[in-house]
Amino acid sequence: MNFDWLWRESDMIFDLFVRHLWLSAVPVAIGLALALPLGWLVHRSGVWRGPLLNLVGLLFTIPSLALFVLLPWFLGTQILDPINVVVALTIYVLALLVRTVSDGLGSVPRETLQAANAMGYRPLSRLLTVELPLAIPVIAGGLRVALVSNISIVSVAALVGTRQLGSLFTQGLQLQFLTPIIAGIVLSVALAAALDALVLFLSRKLTPWERRPA
Amino acid sequence: MILFEWLLDPANWSGPYGAPTLIWQHVVYTLAALLLASAIAVPIGLYVGHTRRGEFVIAGAANVLRALPSLGLIVLLVILFAPVFASDLAFIVPSLVVLILLAVPPIMTGTYSGVANANRAAVDAARGMGFTPLQVLLRVEIPCALPLIFSGLRGATLQVISTATIAAYVSLGGLGRLIIDGRAQNDYSQMAAGAILVALLALVVDLLIEFVAFATVSRGLTRRGTNRFSTVRRLLKPNRS
Repeated sequence: MNFDWLWRESDMIFDLFVRHLWLSAVPVAIGLALALPLGWLVHRSGVWRGPLLNLVGLLFTIPSLALFVLLPWFLGTQILDPINVVVALTIYVLALLVRTVSDGLGSVPRETLQAANAMGYRPLSRLLTVELPLAIPVIAGGLRVALVSNISIVSVAALVGTRQLGSLFTQGLQLQFLTPIIAGIVLSVALAAALDALVLFLSRKLTPWERRPA
Repeated sequence: MILFEWLLDPANWSGPYGAPTLIWQHVVYTLAALLLASAIAVPIGLYVGHTRRGEFVIAGAANVLRALPSLGLIVLLVILFAPVFASDLAFIVPSLVVLILLAVPPIMTGTYSGVANANRAAVDAARGMGFTPLQVLLRVEIPCALPLIFSGLRGATLQVISTATIAAYVSLGGLGRLIIDGRAQNDYSQMAAGAILVALLALVVDLLIEFVAFATVSRGLTRRGTNRFSTVRRLLKPNRS
């Protein structure tokens, strides 16, 4: 490790870190906002649930580098445009979360739904104030997987030229220099661990009724 | 249309840099990584699932490896291995190591959870019938675990195909070459060709695994052909001889 280099380049590294954070977190937020209604639709779709989920799952099979290359053509953007990365990751998040949201809503016990009906909840308020909160632990589980894998996938975008922590890897290979590579790996793992802990913390705050092992 | 220009040029469908060669290379790397990964992951998964010893290792490995950036890992190993190996091995070995490393956790988790969640009644019945532990594993637990083993294998395969594309950056062959070289030459139609072919490859392989899973998983598990209608249908069907 060459700590002088790290010190000298700390501004650049911080800039890459912030970009990395944005590029991996924004798609999760957009993906979640889209997955809630879509997951609900799939949950309510009866016999179509299985086929619909398989169809959404196919999006997940597209390799990330391929998506980064193909999206500019579909979106009419430049290949260096960070929008491509955001859209690509949103697609992955969506593929993951639609299933999770649908599973989460499906995990709400039937008796709870019947009790809510008996108490006079209307369908929409039952969904928003009973079903969705009870589905939070399952949805948060999917959210954590999505966030952590996004952080790893974002670095691939360095190969098409979008700058983030992955740029440290390409730079390291060009210079045959280990320090930026190790810094990049450590920072992205740290970022993944921090965001993972944040989602876990929020999910626990939002579900105080869940029993925790003492 | 620029998206298909490269693909539609017959010159690109032969020779050492033609699409068939690149597809073949991609398939070979993927298969090699999956075979080696399975050789490591399946025995561990079976052991842990059967004995319930060391379960924390499985969960831990899966979480840590998901967070590791695969591109960083490949580049790191290439630089570390470069002085050790001569010639092409200097990038083939590190790439394969990373592919295996990424493929092990999903296969291991799938195998483990499949065996651990095998129907208790079936396992107990097998024991009661005097099956040895090995027979229980081979004839009850593994068949019961197949759906989850296959779903782990599917996850691993997608991961490997995707990461093998990335490894083109450190000179590995395969379809990633078109994307990396196309980027270097500012040739979008070549990049698009690589992207389309690798996406299709992933899709075809995914469907193939699903088909194999469908064909090999016991009907007793999927309850295919054993629902209440099938009896009715069989009775209604005229005898054909």
